[in-house]
Amino acid sequence: MTAIIEADHLTIRFGSFTAVRDVSFQISKGELFGFLGPNGSGKTTIIKALCGLLPPSEGTGRILGMDIRKEAAEIRRHVGYMSQKFGLYEDLTVAENIAFYAGVYGLKGGRAVERTREVQNLTGIEPYMNRRAGQLSGGWKQRLALACAIIHSPEVVFLDEPTAGIDPVARRALWDLLFQLSGHGVTFFVTTHYMDEAERCGRVAYIYLSKLIAIGTVGELQRLPDANPPGTSRIQIATSNPSSLLDGVRKMPGVREATIFGRSIHALAQTDQLDTLRTQLPQSEVEIIEPSLEDVFVTLTYRIMEASK
Amino acid sequence: MRSLFRGLVPVCRKEFLHIERDPGTLFFALLIPMLQLLLFGFAIDTNIRQIPTVVLDESRTQESRRLLERFSSSDVFALKIYARSPDEMYAAIRSAKARVGVRIPFDYARRLQDGTSASVLVLVDGSDSTVAGQAVSTSTGIALQASVVRVLPTGNMPIEVRPSVLYNPATRSANFFVPGLIAILLQVMTILLIALSLVRERERGTLEQLTMSPVAPLGLMVGKMIPYGVLAFGELCAILFVMRVIFLVPIHGSVLLLLAMSLPFLLTVLALGLVISTRAHTQAEAFQLSMGTILPSIFLSGYIFLIDNMPSFFKGISRLIPATYYIQILRGIILRGAGMRELWLNAVILTAMGCAMILIAARQFVKQSSR
Repeated sequence: MTAIIEADHLTIRFGSFTAVRDVSFQISKGELFGFLGPNGSGKTTIIKALCGLLPPSEGTGRILGMDIRKEAAEIRRHVGYMSQKFGLYEDLTVAENIAFYAGVYGLKGGRAVERTREVQNLTGIEPYMNRRAGQLSGGWKQRLALACAIIHSPEVVFLDEPTAGIDPVARRALWDLLFQLSGHGVTFFVTTHYMDEAERCGRVAYIYLSKLIAIGTVGELQRLPDANPPGTSRIQIATSNPSSLLDGVRKMPGVREATIFGRSIHALAQTDQLDTLRTQLPQSEVEIIEPSLEDVFVTLTYRIMEASK
Repeated sequence: MRSLFRGLVPVCRKEFLHIERDPGTLFFALLIPMLQLLLFGFAIDTNIRQIPTVVLDESRTQESRRLLERFSSSDVFALKIYARSPDEMYAAIRSAKARVGVRIPFDYARRLQDGTSASVLVLVDGSDSTVAGQAVSTSTGIALQASVVRVLPTGNMPIEVRPSVLYNPATRSANFFVPGLIAILLQVMTILLIALSLVRERERGTLEQLTMSPVAPLGLMVGKMIPYGVLAFGELCAILFVMRVIFLVPIHGSVLLLLAMSLPFLLTVLALGLVISTRAHTQAEAFQLSMGTILPSIFLSGYIFLIDNMPSFFKGISRLIPATYYIQILRGIILRGAGMRELWLNAVILTAMGCAMILIAARQFVKQSSR
C-alpha cells in the first residue's frame, strides 16, 4: 500500500533550536493516525511542514506523493486543516463561513452547493445555518470548523488538538464523525493530549523533545520492550486508600515508578520482588496487568529524561 | 498570474461582510475624520489678528495718540490694557494678558517737533514665533508710514508695493489647511482600519487557518485592500463635499483628476497598513504603530512647515513620506488648478511606493506564517 502521508527524515530547525529531529513515518489511506506529545514537542511544526508551509531544514515529506518542498501550493488544495482555535469568523453566519471556505478552495457554482449540502448533512449543522458562528456552543463550533475543513473533499485532513476544551459528548460525536469519514477513505492525522482519544486511533506516534519516540498500534506500543523492561512487571495494587499508600509503595524495594489510577495504584516493579511486595501489602490485592497507553508513554519519557541526565 | 492572487474574490467578499456586520466601527471610522475636519477647519486660522496689546503712553500728547490710533486701526493689534508704569506693562506681558507692549516715551512729541529721531519701544512676546513675526513687521510698517507722512507733505509714498496673492487671494486659512488635512485624515483612517482587520485575524486564529489554505499572500492582501479602499474613497468624496460646501474652498482644477490621483495615495497607505499589521501581534500594538505614522506625516510632509526650510536630512525623510506627495497633489489641484502635466511624477512615485509596500507586506507575511 502506498503512503498517503510520509515524513522522510524530517528535521526542522529555527536558528539553533531544533523543533523536529529526524522524524520518519508513513500513513496509509483511510488511517486514523494519532499524534501525541507534550506542548512544544513539535507536533504543530510537523503539521505545518507537511502542509508545505515550513520548508524542512533536512529530509523531506510527501503528501499524496507530492513533495512538500516543491509542490506546497498543490498540496494545500488537497488537504484540510482544523486547529483548536477553529479558524471561524464569529461575526459571520454558519452559511457564510462555509461559503467563504468553499470560495477559498475554489469551489464554484453547483459543486459548491452540492458540497455545502453534503457537509451540512454530515455534521448536522443545517438548523444553525443562519446563526452567527460566535453564538454557537463549543461543540457546534467544532463541527462547523470540521465542515469548513472538509468542504473541498480533501483526501488528507490534519486536526491539531481538535477537542481541546470540548465537553465529552461533543468529543465523542466528533470522533464518530472522523471514523465515518475515514471509512470513506479520508486519511486523518490527529494530534491530541487525551489518552482515551489516542487509544481510539488505529496507530499512534509519540513525540517527545522533538524526537519520535514510539510509533505503532496501541497493542504494539503496550508490548514495546522499552515500556516493559525485562525482569519487570506492570502491576495494579487495589486499595481503599491509594493516596496514603502511594509514597510507601514508591519506597518499596524493586518499585521503579508508581502512580494513582482511581482506587488503585499502577506500578512498574521488578518481577522477582513481587512476592515481597505482596507480603508488605497484606491488605491490598496485587495483580499483573497490561500497561495502559499512558503507562507506556510515561515509562518512555522517564527513560529519555534519565538518559539525558 | 491567477494563482498569484488566489483567494482574492472570497477574501474581498468576506471583508465586505465584516464591514457590514459591524456598523458601529464603520460609523466611527467614517464619522471621526469628518468631525476632525470640521473642528480643525474652523479652529485653525493662521492669519494673525487682534493681538492683545498693552500700551504705556508717557507722552500723553496729540502725536502719541495719533500713533496709537494707527496701531489700533491696523487690525493686527488690539489695544486692550493701558498701563501706568513700565512695571505694569511687563507684568501684563509676563502674565500673557498681552503679547505686545507699546511704550511711547515722554519726550516723543518734543523730539518729533525738534526734527530729531523719536523712539518708540515695541516689546514682543517671542513665545509664539508667528505672532512675534507679525507684530514686528506690522509695527515697523506703522512707524515707516507715520514717518513718511511727516517727511512728505502730500503723504504719497514714492514707491508702493502692491502685493497680489495668487490662488488664495483672501489668504483664507481654510483654503490652505483643509486640502492638507484631507491627506492626514484619510491616512489615519485607512491605515488603522486595514491594520486592525488583519491583526484581528491573527489574534483569532483565522489567519493560521488561511495560511493552511490555498489562498495566496497577494490574494489575501489585495482582497483586504479593495473593501477598505472603497470605504476610504467614499470618505474622500464626503470630505471634499464638506470642504466645498461648508468651508467654501473652491476646487480650481479637475475634480475627476483629483479623485483619480487619490487612488495611488490610497494604495500606498493601505499597503502601509498591511506592513504595519505584519509587524504587530496584537490590536493594541497595531494601533500604536498606526498612530506613530501620524506625527511625521503632519510635521515632515510640508503640511505645516515648509519642506524648503528643513535641514537636508529631514528633506530626505520628507521625500519618503507618502503624505508629502499627496498634499502636493491636493494643494496643486484644489488651489492652483494644476493638472496632469505638473503632478504626474507625484502619482508615479506614490504608485511605486504602494506596489513596493505590498510586496514587502506579502514577503513579511510569508516569512511570519512559516513560524
